[in-house]
Amino acid sequence: MEKQEYTITLYTENSIGMIGRISTIFSRRKINIESLNTSPSEAEGIHRFTLVIHETEDVVHKLCRQIEKQVEVLKAYYNTNDEVIWQEQALYKVPTDVVTEKAPVERLLRQYGASAVVIRNDYTVFETAGHREEIDALTEALAEYNLIEFVRSARIAIIKDSEGFHKKLKEFEEMEPAEEVVENRYLNKQDKVFTM
Amino acid sequence: MSTLEITKDTPKDRAEITQISGSQAVLEALLAEGVDTIFGYPGGAIMPIYDALYDYNDRLKHILVRHEQGGIHAAQGYARTSGRVGVVFATSGPGATNLVTGLADAMIDSNPVVCITGQVFAHLLGTDAFQETDVINITAPVTKWNYQVTDACEIPSALAKAFHIARTGRPGPVLIDITKNAQLQLFDYEGYKVCNHIRSYRPKPIVRREYIEQAAALINEAKKPFVLFGQGVILGKAEADFKAFIEKAGIPAAATVMGLSALETDHPLHVGMLGMHGNYAPNVLTNECDVLIAIGMRFDDRVTGRLDKYAKQAKIIHLDIDPAEIDKNVKTTVAVWGDCKETLPLLTELVNRREHADWLGRFRELEQAEIKEVIYDELNPTSDIMTMGEVLRTLNELTDGEAVIVTDVGQHQMVACRYAKFNRSKSNVTSGGLGTMGFGLPAAIGAWYGTPDRTVVAIIGDGGIQMTIQELGTIMQFGAKVKIVILNNEFLGMVRQWQQLFHDKRYSFVNITSPDFVTVAKGYGIPGQSIRERKDLKQAVSDMIAHDGSYLLEVMVGKENNVFPMVPQGSSVAEIRLK
Repeated sequence: MEKQEYTITLYTENSIGMIGRISTIFSRRKINIESLNTSPSEAEGIHRFTLVIHETEDVVHKLCRQIEKQVEVLKAYYNTNDEVIWQEQALYKVPTDVVTEKAPVERLLRQYGASAVVIRNDYTVFETAGHREEIDALTEALAEYNLIEFVRSARIAIIKDSEGFHKKLKEFEEMEPAEEVVENRYLNKQDKVFTM
Repeated sequence: MSTLEITKDTPKDRAEITQISGSQAVLEALLAEGVDTIFGYPGGAIMPIYDALYDYNDRLKHILVRHEQGGIHAAQGYARTSGRVGVVFATSGPGATNLVTGLADAMIDSNPVVCITGQVFAHLLGTDAFQETDVINITAPVTKWNYQVTDACEIPSALAKAFHIARTGRPGPVLIDITKNAQLQLFDYEGYKVCNHIRSYRPKPIVRREYIEQAAALINEAKKPFVLFGQGVILGKAEADFKAFIEKAGIPAAATVMGLSALETDHPLHVGMLGMHGNYAPNVLTNECDVLIAIGMRFDDRVTGRLDKYAKQAKIIHLDIDPAEIDKNVKTTVAVWGDCKETLPLLTELVNRREHADWLGRFRELEQAEIKEVIYDELNPTSDIMTMGEVLRTLNELTDGEAVIVTDVGQHQMVACRYAKFNRSKSNVTSGGLGTMGFGLPAAIGAWYGTPDRTVVAIIGDGGIQMTIQELGTIMQFGAKVKIVILNNEFLGMVRQWQQLFHDKRYSFVNITSPDFVTVAKGYGIPGQSIRERKDLKQAVSDMIAHDGSYLLEVMVGKENNVFPMVPQGSSVAEIRLK
């Protein structure tokens, strides 16, 4: 199986130490987390983690099962890049005189849809959002024009097929467990295919 | 509806709410959870709880161990023989870090244990205070759940969650770290509410019938079905359901180390133990069966050997409560996710009553080969030098399989697991997953408190006993009637065996000298004797069992005996060596 980029989306309780508990699941297996974002989710009181790792599907699948074993994790999903809408945000600090005096810089900023956040005599801060490659390209281009400072955020991603977490959360709050099922990708497919 | 019932739901009168300290709340929680025994060691940061314990001494038995590691291994032993949650008290800093080995052991062997550690005052957290350590982060990877309490009001709910998480689903260790201010703090106590639901925690699923049907269909078509059973059968209290299943379907069954005693050793369908030092037939025939049914076991590497040559010809049915175990090591054909207490009866209902006499005969044939090559000589040696196996044989004869056998880790452990006879469940206590030397003696103490009416025999090597020998002091003070058998080969035997077989006999630091164990025991007020001749064996074991109290028997055994059969690391189970 080929390694590729996967976006892992977790819904968790908002409790102290969650990042540590989750990150050790990766570090224990010597797997690097390429990107990690945490934020509130659409469901009140539930936190959302978005992680990016470069691994095979088999490994990602097992990682998600291990993560779900954590008492305070409600659900773990993993998706390929085709299955999510994703973005990263970047901020660039460039000398203002470069922006005003060098025509290619203005063209670059228009081309990448960057907009000014702060304009001062000495420097200007631009922001842009997009896929990593786009941000990397702009960063590389601006490097030639005295780029003073650059920072990029973690990936945030929306799962195309997801219905959000409201309904799931209701199921979790029920005393009797819902028919939560685990995918079984190795099932004999000859009869009727069922998921487990 | 009577008015009485309505008034029940109105808020409690203010006067009914009593103020108690956080420490009292801890002990009230233990009583409410039915705890009767605590293994612990006091220290600065847990003193308020020990102060409160002074007044609960009539209801809670506290066993003062000699080292916190001993405390948690004892709690593990207690949990394993009683089927209840083991409880440990330890102080902050070194007290807490001394628990780590036991937590890791309990985690990998799924033992329900609740540890309560003291912590420095909340305002001192992160200041490198005296005996402060970040126990929550240190123990996170080796606990099922942990939590730090800094406010006494949280104590009842935190402990209720701790007990619920420790004993439900796949059991495991939980640690609650309580700052000293929270132990001292008085708060309005509204009683203890047992926890039975946490929204982010799903201990077991609803069993889905279609997978049971699919599994039953595979079993009914099978010509050479084979069952592997692990500790899940014991943890699920499903021993009777398990037996009913294999008896109806007529399927030979082999145990993992942790599954031993779930089915009595003499059962006609019991075909032995799996794994690196398991029996010949179940290892070889794993690669001949057509349907492999794994029940409450996790395909540990010591069971599977080389994975890409493991049961490739077979369809795999895996019954487990932990979804993370399904497809983790071995790809399943049908996964039955659930508590085997629920899934096994459903499966039994759907399987046809069968006998697989020829197939079972294959196991018995290969067993004969193993008896001829290995077992007979191990149990009936002709040389003057005693073997570990004959000690086990003598023990079986004199206890008739009724004893609880606790082992440490190494050659003696494998010999005990191979040859000990078990009539009853929860009779095999060993460190299976972590392989913790030093586990045996303290675990045996706890095992005895878990079932004080049974004979508890700790079988330990001359290496392992020296790792936790201080727990003889615990026996001396509290009188646990543990029978200690030291199988002394004057070597760290298992490492020596590997050095002999795989490192050209370059014996590097495996030669270990021992004190006079009988004299040491005597210093602790424990009687004992050391024997080196076969003619004394039976009488010595008999004296040990008959003695009303703890007893230490040292048996000098062959120095360079090896444990066989053996699946060498990196080999297929079918490549198991008889010599």
